[in-house]
Amino acid sequence: MLPKLFRSRHKIVCQQAVELVTDYLEGRLSRAGRRRFEAHLAGCPHCTEYLAQMRATIELTGTLTADDLPGPVQDEFIDLYRRWRADAGDGPG
Amino acid sequence: MDQDPDADLLGRLRAGDEQAFVILVRRHHAAMLRLACGYVPSVAVAEEVVQDTWLGVLRGLGGFEGRSSFRTWLLRILVNRARTTGARERRSVPVGDPEPAVDPSRFDGTGHWAAPPERWVEEADRRLDAAKLAGRLRSAIDDLPDRQREVVTLRDIEGLSSEEVCSVLEISEGNQRVLLHRGRSRLRQALETEFGGA
Repeated sequence: MLPKLFRSRHKIVCQQAVELVTDYLEGRLSRAGRRRFEAHLAGCPHCTEYLAQMRATIELTGTLTADDLPGPVQDEFIDLYRRWRADAGDGPG
Repeated sequence: MDQDPDADLLGRLRAGDEQAFVILVRRHHAAMLRLACGYVPSVAVAEEVVQDTWLGVLRGLGGFEGRSSFRTWLLRILVNRARTTGARERRSVPVGDPEPAVDPSRFDGTGHWAAPPERWVEEADRRLDAAKLAGRLRSAIDDLPDRQREVVTLRDIEGLSSEEVCSVLEISEGNQRVLLHRGRSRLRQALETEFGGA
């Protein structure tokens, strides 16, 4: 829990701002909350950098591509499909 | 769903097109395997869960009405089977203990940065070896607690919406957001540790 000192309705400090980043990026802050968050960023280069790093992290994670399916594994699925077709009789209608 | 990217293939699959099945498997396999691995003790068991899921999909094709996307339906079947198969039952603690986004020792007594974030974003763009970056990020994702890894993987790698993730993992929107926040925060820290201060 954050100390009482931090629970101001008007201003947030860095330690609170970093906890609001995801809510901010997800569009889940209230209008007032969003204003407070952005007002803090406007005066805080470190938290501005922090937000940029979170955005960069998300972007970099998005560039990780799914591993390709190895050929033998693919063959197993073709077998699975053919077994199912055989079991299902004349297959899907 | 009008915009389900799998709709065409699903239609072909229903018409008995084996190639459509292979394309669907290829498209979804990695996500399914990663997700299953969060519930079962080994990759081999996860692979069985994935195969079992596809069999369930084939058998249940007639019952799929398209109220969710095919992917959401598919991953829900997967998670249900993985949970049944997995020895671990983790649903009772979906979020876990509180966990700050940034080590509290990096703030002073008033909550302002004492040790501000070291810069690395420009460095990552300009000079860093993309393969090295991807490798570090992958291992950081592997190190995340299971629930965080599932949410981050589905949202940020597989590109599911928050609604889809909630539906697949059967968690509330609030819990989804907490897990996403913690997971992304840990990944940011891992990248700062690796590449900061350059």
